[in-house]
Amino acid sequence: MSEELNGELSPPMVNGEVVFDAPWQGRVFGMAKSLADAGLYTWDEFRACLIAEVAGWEGLSQGEYPYYELFLGALEKVLAQKDVVEPAHLTARFEVFKSRPRGHDH
Amino acid sequence: MTETTPQALRAEALESLLVEKGLLDPATVDQVIVQYNERVGPMNGARVVAKAWTNPEFRKRLLADGTSAIAELGLEGAQTDKLVVVENTSDVHNLVVCTLCSCYPWAVLGLPPKWYKDPAYRSRVVREPRKVLEEFGVALAGDKAIRVWDSSAEVRYMVLPEPPADGRGLSEAALAERVTRDSMIGVEIL
Repeated sequence: MSEELNGELSPPMVNGEVVFDAPWQGRVFGMAKSLADAGLYTWDEFRACLIAEVAGWEGLSQGEYPYYELFLGALEKVLAQKDVVEPAHLTARFEVFKSRPRGHDH
Repeated sequence: MTETTPQALRAEALESLLVEKGLLDPATVDQVIVQYNERVGPMNGARVVAKAWTNPEFRKRLLADGTSAIAELGLEGAQTDKLVVVENTSDVHNLVVCTLCSCYPWAVLGLPPKWYKDPAYRSRVVREPRKVLEEFGVALAGDKAIRVWDSSAEVRYMVLPEPPADGRGLSEAALAERVTRDSMIGVEIL
């Protein structure tokens, strides 16, 4: 794959822009795309969840627009709808990760 | 480095569950990120635009059926089921938005810039496109019509901008370098 990154397809300097503010945003995008490609849901099904998340946030409409949080929320929703990941299961894992000692890496 | 914001931890928790279930390979996620961060970007759209400027037959095919025309350049993907290319002329200026979320022609433009996803752009562009364009530094003649194209899951739009005034005689490759992402969304004039 590395050779494909060179040549005419290398990142453009003028047009270029960092798309993700933090690595987790890239992971969320990568997960959503990979799982759709793998057929766990269609992109339309994901999009419907994203539209609902966006509309929900706009109903409250305060602070900076947390696009990738909404994107993550949509991914959680579509995976719950498809019985792939139970929300309670995810929350439990999240709590475990939150209580990890700082400096944890793997 | 491990990120410790709640969002990052939640994303990590989700990924770890999916990996445990055997539904996701972290390497695939890495590949998607690299692909969209580095390989798929506005330079793809720029190649399409420059070819349309220099090849009238291709331009015709592009405006008639964007999806098939970009496939000639090896560009296609899950998000370009139907690509519609709209042409700026001396009478009409085109502008692309997704009012409901953030649909965007990934295959030709990469991932959308932050402002494209912003609620302010999404709602205002429909209501007051001329004003929004002015804020982007685009002042259109009063009699120039503005068409706003709302993307959807089924149809993605890309603008074919007017070539730069001083672009006459330039090669296709040199012209491609002049094409910007914003011009293909419709918020810049070259």
